[in-house]
Amino acid sequence: MARLTGAQMVLESLQREGVDTIFGYPGGVVLPLYDTLPQYPNIRHVLVRHEQGAAHMADGYARASGKMGVCLGTSGPGATNLVTGICTSWMDSTPVFALTGNVTRSLLGKDGFQEADITGITHSITKHNYLVMRPEEIPLSIREAAHICQTGRPGPVLVDIPKDVFQEEAEFDWPEQINLRGYKPTTEGHAGMIRRAAELINQATRPIIIAGHGVIWGDAHNELVELAEKADIPVITTFLGIGAFPESHDLSYGWLGMHGMFYANMAADHADLVIAIGMRFDDRAMGRFKDFNPGVKIVHIDIDPAEIGKNFPTAVPIVGNAKNVLPRLSDLTTEAEHQDWRGWIDQVREEHPSLHIRESRRMLPQYVVRTLYEETNGDATIVTGVGQHQMWAGQHYFYKRPRQLVTSGGLGTMGFELPAAIGAQIALPDAETWAICGDGGFQMTLQEMAVLVDENLPVKIAVFNNGYLGMIRQWQQLFYDKNLVSTAMTQPDFCKLADAYGIRAIRVETKAEVAPAIREAREHKGPILIDFQIDQEENVWPMVPAGAALSETIEAPAEELAR
Amino acid sequence: MNPSVNGSRKHHAQHTVVAIVEDKPGVLMRVASLFRRRGFNIESLTVGHSEAPGLSRMTIVVDGASAPVEQVEKQLYKLIDVVKVTDLSQEEMVARELVLLKVRCNNVNRHELLEIANVFRADVVDMATNSLILQVVGDEDKIDGLVKMCEPYGIRELSRTGRIAMVRGAKTTTVHEPEPEKIAKFHATQGRRVEGELPFSSD
Repeated sequence: MARLTGAQMVLESLQREGVDTIFGYPGGVVLPLYDTLPQYPNIRHVLVRHEQGAAHMADGYARASGKMGVCLGTSGPGATNLVTGICTSWMDSTPVFALTGNVTRSLLGKDGFQEADITGITHSITKHNYLVMRPEEIPLSIREAAHICQTGRPGPVLVDIPKDVFQEEAEFDWPEQINLRGYKPTTEGHAGMIRRAAELINQATRPIIIAGHGVIWGDAHNELVELAEKADIPVITTFLGIGAFPESHDLSYGWLGMHGMFYANMAADHADLVIAIGMRFDDRAMGRFKDFNPGVKIVHIDIDPAEIGKNFPTAVPIVGNAKNVLPRLSDLTTEAEHQDWRGWIDQVREEHPSLHIRESRRMLPQYVVRTLYEETNGDATIVTGVGQHQMWAGQHYFYKRPRQLVTSGGLGTMGFELPAAIGAQIALPDAETWAICGDGGFQMTLQEMAVLVDENLPVKIAVFNNGYLGMIRQWQQLFYDKNLVSTAMTQPDFCKLADAYGIRAIRVETKAEVAPAIREAREHKGPILIDFQIDQEENVWPMVPAGAALSETIEAPAEELAR
Repeated sequence: MNPSVNGSRKHHAQHTVVAIVEDKPGVLMRVASLFRRRGFNIESLTVGHSEAPGLSRMTIVVDGASAPVEQVEKQLYKLIDVVKVTDLSQEEMVARELVLLKVRCNNVNRHELLEIANVFRADVVDMATNSLILQVVGDEDKIDGLVKMCEPYGIRELSRTGRIAMVRGAKTTTVHEPEPEKIAKFHATQGRRVEGELPFSSD
């Protein structure tokens, strides 16, 4: 055993956990760690411009690659700036490891300069967190934290280390094993429950699969295709489940929810059996709970037992990893054909296509997304912020693989897009990565453009600029009597901003310029920004108003379609 | 007087949950924070060392109207420091709490008060010229009864520990899972100051 400083132990431990990148920002109490970084050349440090960016980058890195993302901030404001990003990761169950420094041990609890009780603050938004009080604890704390972060239902963890613990020396004792009495995720799935689920599937005449984020994190997309094909079950996904099932597949019927496809919502509402896999029956997906498809039976497969029965009563609960459960379920299901049922959904889709883009001379945002889809052959990794542009990106790009869409679902964090795209691009250097931004959210984290230049990352930024907080304006129009308050924004010249950062920029003002601009961006080797000055008044349809049931999905009103 | 053992009117709306938790800094806050966050109302919460080193036993009485007990259990299990959760509500259990009661009295009515204490098998643990302290152990009904009887004299102070409970018979809420020695040693000091103190006195 070697004697190492606490700082060395941190980096040694992270390296042993397979960490190759840290997104961080230095500060007083983490100086010992930064001082030590050059000793670990295999760990790449990406200097962010705001700690929120660090947390989103770690998240984007994790979502694009499936690996744990690591972010680092100093004590006090450095740590609290991470909070939005940690909570984003918490709500969407992604493996983000947050590392923070804290004040010297003797000052803890004494309101020292830049002291924040970050372990207390993050109790309710991490799977677990550690305040490390002695250097000897560092290896096992990091090992346990990384294990908790990536196993079971993934989620963020935080390790907080006082400055003098970084500096103190101790024997480095790497634990060969860990043992957490209070943490034993169930991954296998109960055989009896799987049998009962198979019986229900074999009896069902109108079954539907709702696939969520858990299918992606459980790496179970192939197993899902197998089950769906064998039992001929139509598949819809949640918004975060996009990519869990190829949208080009015959059995794919889009995604459900507040801005989901009309036919997906109707299919969920008319099914006699819902097979919910790795999803949590969120209100944005399900509409008004009490009026969701009365009489439906639910088979719920999830790795987190607390999700089962939380919002809906479940006929058959299966606690386990989709990767383990689905093949066993497939084995027990009989080959079937549900022609009538699929015919019914097909007809709804024909009558209510939802994804049809009307002819218009205006630069419709839907058209921009669809053109991007066509120009990139549907291969790009799409990273979005939150709002109208996010919904259009979900609707009008068609996704073929897991992890192709990176988006903040549960927390709905504006400003997620640019830093998450940076993380995604670093995780997958060869993947064509587009950050689709709203003009509002982009301004929450645009300082991270500097990172694109620092790291020479070829992220393509598409700002959907309508001069409004569009989704909020849509709600004011629909539900607040068109009383538009604080949603119109005078925007800066985004092209000049990009230019100031040393990033090439293109302004697109007409429909005819859309495709050429995308082509130019794709040919450009480095980062590039396109300011799409999209139609200002366009709204997102279909829509399930907040508090309404899926059966009450509204489609675009005629006067909007006539624009 | 034999206070009722089976609980009564208000108790059916309560759940008694026993959680075996790691004896670590911050664990009480984690549990309290979880209950607050999920909107589960705590009627009482007691915590102390258990029969196993490194593990504490928490007895939590939850207002059943605020949460299905199944969700309470599942959410508790999500905390890494919670090792085992048992819902005692469906079990035959012994539930007790301890109360200290400071009652006003004088030379005229002291005897009466001592009679009442005697009926409830309460101990007199302190006596002064114009007050005395009663200590009583029992379930909520018994304690409520004593409190009611003492009210006319004037209750100056009341302190209750909250419920602790055990299943009747041989069944236990114990955890039989010792940790490997090295890990146990690590967990015993994890998050504490070098001298073994907790980092914050409130932990």
